[in-house]
Amino acid sequence: MRVGLLYSRIRRDEKLLLSELRERGHEVEKIDVRRQRFGLTEAPEAFADLDVVLDRCGATSRSLYVTRFLDAYGVPVVNSHETARICADKVENSLALAAAGVPTPTTEVAFTVESALDIIEDFGYPCVLKPVVGSWGNLMAKIDSRDAAEAILEHKETLGHYEHKVFYIQEFVDKPGRDIRVLATDGEPVAAMVRSSEHWLTNAARGAETDSFELDDRARELVAEASEAVGGGLLGVDLMEVGVDGDGADDYTVHEVNHTVEFKALDDTVETDVAGDVVSWLEDRVEVDG
Amino acid sequence: MAECVECGAELDLHEDLEVGEIVDCPTCGTELEVIDVEPAVLDQAPELEEDWGE
Repeated sequence: MRVGLLYSRIRRDEKLLLSELRERGHEVEKIDVRRQRFGLTEAPEAFADLDVVLDRCGATSRSLYVTRFLDAYGVPVVNSHETARICADKVENSLALAAAGVPTPTTEVAFTVESALDIIEDFGYPCVLKPVVGSWGNLMAKIDSRDAAEAILEHKETLGHYEHKVFYIQEFVDKPGRDIRVLATDGEPVAAMVRSSEHWLTNAARGAETDSFELDDRARELVAEASEAVGGGLLGVDLMEVGVDGDGADDYTVHEVNHTVEFKALDDTVETDVAGDVVSWLEDRVEVDG
Repeated sequence: MAECVECGAELDLHEDLEVGEIVDCPTCGTELEVIDVEPAVLDQAPELEEDWGE
């Protein structure tokens, strides 16, 4: 197959995919999104005769617009614009999960400091304030007191971009010092790991320790449901364990689904050949769509 | 081998270098983007922006 790999930076994740694709004899067109121009009707030359484009842009804004353009041109892209649109925005993400009946942390949104403070006081302390667009745990705040809430909200209001005035407030989930990252293709788990840290943020990008994790039936069910809720594709589904005691977790809550999923930490942690499984899924998908 | 555009140090690059890849200068720590591979040419990598990441 002819695969377009759309990128801004070639990270180790993209190198793993490139190696796998080339080893299997696929033709790969690397497309640097920074050098492309997108008109309203015709796909740029770099996208001609591709069986599929793999969006590995890295930047959410680029990913959103490029997938939209590719949809308009009729060029198949993974992930789809619809999936990107839902996953890129935490409000959309939470609404999609809730609408699908997937357990997700209690969340409310407000547009003024006063209303945000009302939500925070109702939730109690600690609670969590997140940017609606953002990643790697950036600008996430665990709020432990009203004084902290007032200060953080005031700072956010002065950051400039209107997105920072959309106050996304979430209950603090008392997870057991770790969360679970599942890489899934159309809801089928490829591999899973736990990310553990003393810090309340357990992103691998922030240095959390990782270990492989065996998913139980309930977790598998939620991964499938969460994937479907956002339109499927190559996704990173993040879960937290709730009601943990000596016998393990009572249940899980899904806090996020990521659409431009990084997997180098997962690949280092598990036995599974993650890039290999992703490419196999891509081959099947192109065969079905083709 | 290629030269760091920031500090001028010589970088020993690995064989499977890709255009678009980011390498760190071991001397000054600057992130460098691979602009070309034969021969290797490096430039300062673009800054990560707020909406980057998964």
